[in-house]
Amino acid sequence: MNTSFGITAISAVCLVTLTIGALGFRLSRTTSDFYVASRMVTPAWNASAIGGEYLSAASFLGVAGLIYSLGADMLWLPVGYTVGYLVLLLFVAAPLRRSGAYTIPDFAQARMESPAVRRLCSVMVLAIGWLYLLPQFKGAGLVLHTVSGAPLWVGNLVVAVVVLINVVGGGMRSITLVQAVQYWIKVTAISVPAFVLVSWWLHHGQPVPQVTALRPDQGWALPLSGFGGVEHPVYATYSMLLALAFGTMGLPHVLVRFYTNPDGQSTRRTTLVVLALLGLFYLFPPLYGAFGRIYLPRLPAGISPDSITLLLPTVVIPGVGGELLSAILAGGAFAALLSTASGLTICAAGVVDQDLVRGRLRRVTGNDARAINGFRIAAVAAVAVPFVLSLAARDLGLADTVGLAFAIAASTFCPLLVLGIWWPRLSTTGAVAGLLCGGVLAMSAVLTTVIGGLHGGWAGALLAQPAAWTVPIAFVVTVVVSMATPSRIPRGTARTMVRLHTPENLVLDRAPR
Amino acid sequence: MPPSIDLVALAIAIAAPIALMTLAWAFTRASRRRQEFTSPVDRQTYETLHTASRAARHLQKGLTAEGAPKVAKHLRTLLGTQALALCGSTSTLAWDGTGTHHRDQVWRLASEVLTSGHTVVLGAKEVACGDPTCPIRTAILVPVISDERVVAALAAYGPAASPGLVRATEEVAGWVSTQVELADLGPQRSRVVEAELRALRAQISPHFIYNSLAAIASFVRTDPDRARDLLLEFADFTRYAFRRGGTFTTLAEELGNIEHYLALEQARFGDRLQVSLLVAPEVLSIAVPYLAIQPLVENAVHHGLESKEGVGHVSITASDLGSEAEIVVEDDGIGSDPDVVRAVLAGVQSGDSVGLGNVDARLRQAYGDDHGLVVETAPGAGTRVTFRVPKFAPDIQPSSS
Repeated sequence: MNTSFGITAISAVCLVTLTIGALGFRLSRTTSDFYVASRMVTPAWNASAIGGEYLSAASFLGVAGLIYSLGADMLWLPVGYTVGYLVLLLFVAAPLRRSGAYTIPDFAQARMESPAVRRLCSVMVLAIGWLYLLPQFKGAGLVLHTVSGAPLWVGNLVVAVVVLINVVGGGMRSITLVQAVQYWIKVTAISVPAFVLVSWWLHHGQPVPQVTALRPDQGWALPLSGFGGVEHPVYATYSMLLALAFGTMGLPHVLVRFYTNPDGQSTRRTTLVVLALLGLFYLFPPLYGAFGRIYLPRLPAGISPDSITLLLPTVVIPGVGGELLSAILAGGAFAALLSTASGLTICAAGVVDQDLVRGRLRRVTGNDARAINGFRIAAVAAVAVPFVLSLAARDLGLADTVGLAFAIAASTFCPLLVLGIWWPRLSTTGAVAGLLCGGVLAMSAVLTTVIGGLHGGWAGALLAQPAAWTVPIAFVVTVVVSMATPSRIPRGTARTMVRLHTPENLVLDRAPR
Repeated sequence: MPPSIDLVALAIAIAAPIALMTLAWAFTRASRRRQEFTSPVDRQTYETLHTASRAARHLQKGLTAEGAPKVAKHLRTLLGTQALALCGSTSTLAWDGTGTHHRDQVWRLASEVLTSGHTVVLGAKEVACGDPTCPIRTAILVPVISDERVVAALAAYGPAASPGLVRATEEVAGWVSTQVELADLGPQRSRVVEAELRALRAQISPHFIYNSLAAIASFVRTDPDRARDLLLEFADFTRYAFRRGGTFTTLAEELGNIEHYLALEQARFGDRLQVSLLVAPEVLSIAVPYLAIQPLVENAVHHGLESKEGVGHVSITASDLGSEAEIVVEDDGIGSDPDVVRAVLAGVQSGDSVGLGNVDARLRQAYGDDHGLVVETAPGAGTRVTFRVPKFAPDIQPSSS
């Protein structure tokens, strides 16, 4: 592959990100007009921003990689990534906005009135954030390696540094406009090469995928056939869908965006637009998976399936055209993981700062430290941990790692949010029990698979895709413990419930207690 | 996916943070707990103080029905009696220890203490029940006095009442009294803040209303349409400033009010008053204390223009800092002496800085001492007032007018 195109594209993306970060707030216009100054962010813009933050390396590269290597079952992956927002829209979006919470720990504090639940949530946010950052770093390594042949760690380092400069420099505070434009850049970057590939395919004989499987009943295009060695494909598929559908509501970097909406109604509208935007984006990754099977039925040695999207144009279209398309895709992938990584870092750093650093810093410096310094220290920690981990980890599928983060989010925050919003008898003890139980089960399932490797049979399937059993167990534990401890129902529950569920345009005394 | 070394790395990815966090938590716990005591007296002192501080935690909101049983448990540990009861002014709040069947008589026995406010020691004749094995034979009843009113009674039960125990019980009741008094201070403080808000509403009026009306009057003949618009602005401004209910509003609404205010000031100063705004749309829906920014703008107009020749600039900035928003009001006027500002913020002197101390006090009350006003100024160098508002604070919801 021609190195210079790809490197140029990636450097351009990094440079633009840093420039926007450095300009930061100055991008917005100074005005003397109050009407202009106090214009709210519209649902359409905010939805684009959510799309920009959400579409990560896993979506850009990982989905195509999994469809390529595991076959038709993985078509549920883009569906799952999108359907999570439908669940969010139906059960969580508007009440969560009305609660006034900025993060999930905030919601826990507002609803459960307990600092203990808040701290527990903070730990979970950090775990999910780090787990989600890992594939972003690894994706960067992969992109840079595919484009230039550089060692994998170089890409990790580049992303870590760019994100750190951005966040610590106080630049990109995830400005809505910037993230919204990011979404459209990503859509363009993935769709233009796809359109070119499709027209190439139409004009060059329309070949069909040639897939040789070990067994005749296993086919790449055959649903639930266990292609690629997946055992119990029906269970695995449903469990994955469950994790994605219920995990989206627990993603820290997505939820903070909803705060930008002025009220519950506009939050619902935003979510609706997000569904449409993600639906649009996810039309394209499966195309790359399918074309991969047509034009590159056997992966060259030492190439991860995750880089299929980047390789494809150069394989299909000889010459400069293919190189250019490949460079566009590399740039798009880098933009995707930079924006997601920045958003996640800001969230993780916010949690570390608020619940771990700030108090300690104040004690050490005697109340002299500026608040921003705490955030900076926290940001370094938030980036350093997943960076070191990404150096240690190597061959994990991008979308797989992200799936694990979704499973943990679904087993912990989903019961808390759904029951917290819809069930007045949720008690503090029940919430803690559910969070601990879901978190410990999901994490240990992930750990067992990961340390002991994939086991065969049902045990292996249950451990590799834990959501189907950890999510129901977390719900049951939360409900049963809550029923057993009615004395620990937060005192302000009735009031909080009224606040969560009453539309803002009704005149109502919303002052808490 | 085949098992490999990378999977182990992922395992570390998840296990390490959890382990780290648990360790950190355990460490802070341990370092606080595991104190080496040089003598039994030290340990005794520590244990007494520790029990007292744990009881104090449940007294934060005063003597409540929820907190009382926990308080009673710790107080009984403190006194080392067989049983201990707490009586509110209307009912028995808690019984801790043996002989729960005595609980029903506590109220009858305590009513005397509650009315007289004196310590009462009762012997077996009044207290003991038919059961000869029951250790509850005497009672020491002590009043809990807050603000010169008897708010509760503390009853210590045991087989015998030594003078030492009576003294100790009285001391404990005195300590509870202090805690209850402290708890009463909280609501009192928020009442003070409410009063300050009312005072601020009243403060807005005289000068500003006079000047605005004079400006409007000057337009009535020359430009009746403008006069009409200004009157409407004036009506909107006063409606917002004198509205009832809710101590919090959204930044968007507060900005709307500042718009009305500045329209009126611009009618007076014309082109001499230049305003620039830079507001991140992400923070418009944030909850801010009602009338928190307008006094700062009024102050800036005051300093930036009134005592100065030529054009004055006032800029209002609201930026997004992640979990907080930063709001800055800046003018390029005559500035002021930092010592004067310090005195105003400390509440020593009200000065000509309208409402500055008031806003500062209300911000600190709502969000804590980290979130007060930061004023940067010097004579001749303009003034810059900054404060930060968290996006989420428990118990704070904006209420619209």
